[in-house]
Amino acid sequence: MTQLFAYIAHRNGVVEDTAAELAVAARTIDASAEITAVVVGTGSDLDGACQGAAKLYKEVWKFDVPDLAYPNAEMIRTLLVNVLPADAMVLMAHDTFGMDLGPGLSIKLDSAYVADVVGIDGMDGATMKLVRQEFAGMAHTHMTCDTSAGAVISLRPGTFQPGEDADAGGAVTDKSGEAGDVGVKRRFLEVVEAEAGDVDITKADVLVSVGRGIEDQDNIEIAEELAEAMGAVVSCSRPIVDAKWLEKSRQVGTSGKTVKPKVYLALGISGSFQHLGGIKGSPFMVAVNKNPKAPIFQVADVGIEADILEFMPELTEKLKG
Amino acid sequence: MDILVCVKRVPDTAENEIEIKGDGTDIERDDLVYSVNEWDNYATEEAIQIRDDKGGTVTVVTVGDEEAEEVLRRQMAMGADNGILLSDDAFEDTDGRGIASILKAEVEKGKYDLILTGAQADDGAAQVGGMLAAMLDLPYAALVNKIEVIDDKKIKVGREIEGGNQELNEIELPCVLSIQTGINEPRYVGIRGIRKVASVEIPTHGTGDLGLDAGSVGASAAKVKRVDYFTPEMGAGAEMLEGSMDEMVEKLIDMLKAKGGLK
Repeated sequence: MTQLFAYIAHRNGVVEDTAAELAVAARTIDASAEITAVVVGTGSDLDGACQGAAKLYKEVWKFDVPDLAYPNAEMIRTLLVNVLPADAMVLMAHDTFGMDLGPGLSIKLDSAYVADVVGIDGMDGATMKLVRQEFAGMAHTHMTCDTSAGAVISLRPGTFQPGEDADAGGAVTDKSGEAGDVGVKRRFLEVVEAEAGDVDITKADVLVSVGRGIEDQDNIEIAEELAEAMGAVVSCSRPIVDAKWLEKSRQVGTSGKTVKPKVYLALGISGSFQHLGGIKGSPFMVAVNKNPKAPIFQVADVGIEADILEFMPELTEKLKG
Repeated sequence: MDILVCVKRVPDTAENEIEIKGDGTDIERDDLVYSVNEWDNYATEEAIQIRDDKGGTVTVVTVGDEEAEEVLRRQMAMGADNGILLSDDAFEDTDGRGIASILKAEVEKGKYDLILTGAQADDGAAQVGGMLAAMLDLPYAALVNKIEVIDDKKIKVGREIEGGNQELNEIELPCVLSIQTGINEPRYVGIRGIRKVASVEIPTHGTGDLGLDAGSVGASAAKVKRVDYFTPEMGAGAEMLEGSMDEMVEKLIDMLKAKGGLK
């Protein structure tokens, strides 16, 4: 069995939720494996993250690199190639950082790469059996991956849910001296924070959220009328923002806002995991979609198979009654 | 600036309901509507805008069968100067790494300052751009939603990160970028535009032209394989309301009142 590593994402001295999820996933690969957490950063933030990682992993490798106060994926890739055995099995989250790091890392380690994994069915010799999704969650696939020369596996955030595990009481080993030269041709400049919009959708109790099913910019008005009749706020999924029909500040999802409403109406939204990742607090969710196979119906409490352009005016009308 | 854009022909998920074949070997493809991968379309538009601003050329390339040529023509109708089809029976069932190695061979036949891919595809794994960059030893950035050309040596790129924030980087040319949707507004292509480029010759390159060993691509070289498509056992899912629209809406209003969804 090759050695298992988990790349730990962290922010402001706290490990991301995915740190615990990677540990769960690693145990589905090999229940008895000793997994090494790799934590890269600098200063007190790094120390905090290492302490968090040591609660989840028995062994924690700490790399203090002042140039990596912000996680530049190109630099971290170079560092990992410097410090990991070539046949390592590396787990990471399939988030915006993992997408930046994983594919190139697999090439530089000359290992296999499987992205955005939602299930692991264990090992058959050196062959790992995995589950992915295609076509925005409308089809699942069983995959095999030859891990004999190592593998980089990225896991969909939120999929491998940790239980109430005991503190792993791990030991942190400072391996900063082994980091090596990580100079690269991409320099981090700054993070530009998202602009605040006219309405704060994160504060709304009831959201009328529209997706591709709205079909046309002119139809946004129909959703606004419904929201007004309900005393709700209009939010949306990514394609609506890409089309510039609503402001970015109205977007629900991992690349938009995280909302915690009491009631969420998902109208003409298929329900990609990036969208669902922005909905917290288990709201009462109503999905309306004309595609009965839309993944949103798996997570909603109540579903209506209908064209939202027929549904919305009907509901507005009745509420105004 | 000479720009290469890697594109892919995919089933359009906005236009199709994806059904899995009874034996799980594939999805039902007979009646599928195909189009250029949405992310790739933004990449092509970005390349055209940079060329129009700074000069140079835009070349679009795809790995696929002869039907994939239609997406090249569509991107040429948008304004790309050249198209290249990479096609060979040996390419069938190539994994993402194999696709990147085919593209690498084509990249090395030319000279490009900037190589763009879509950030992901609905039937893909958001992997080819990062792999291609690493194979070429070029710098890379994923999920790019802003490009600002500084000079002919470097550019400033914005990456989309969590929470709607944007990570700004300076990156040396040549480089590889994967493009996120929303970076621009891709232009519309009409039938007339496509007709105009209908007779432009698109060269096809196979293993021989690319100097590739047929054993290095295709199913035999793939470390990652799809075994089958399947429909998982799901939980109960949503309680589906039945009846006429009128009845469904009435039921829903009662539920919303109970859950505090109406003021």
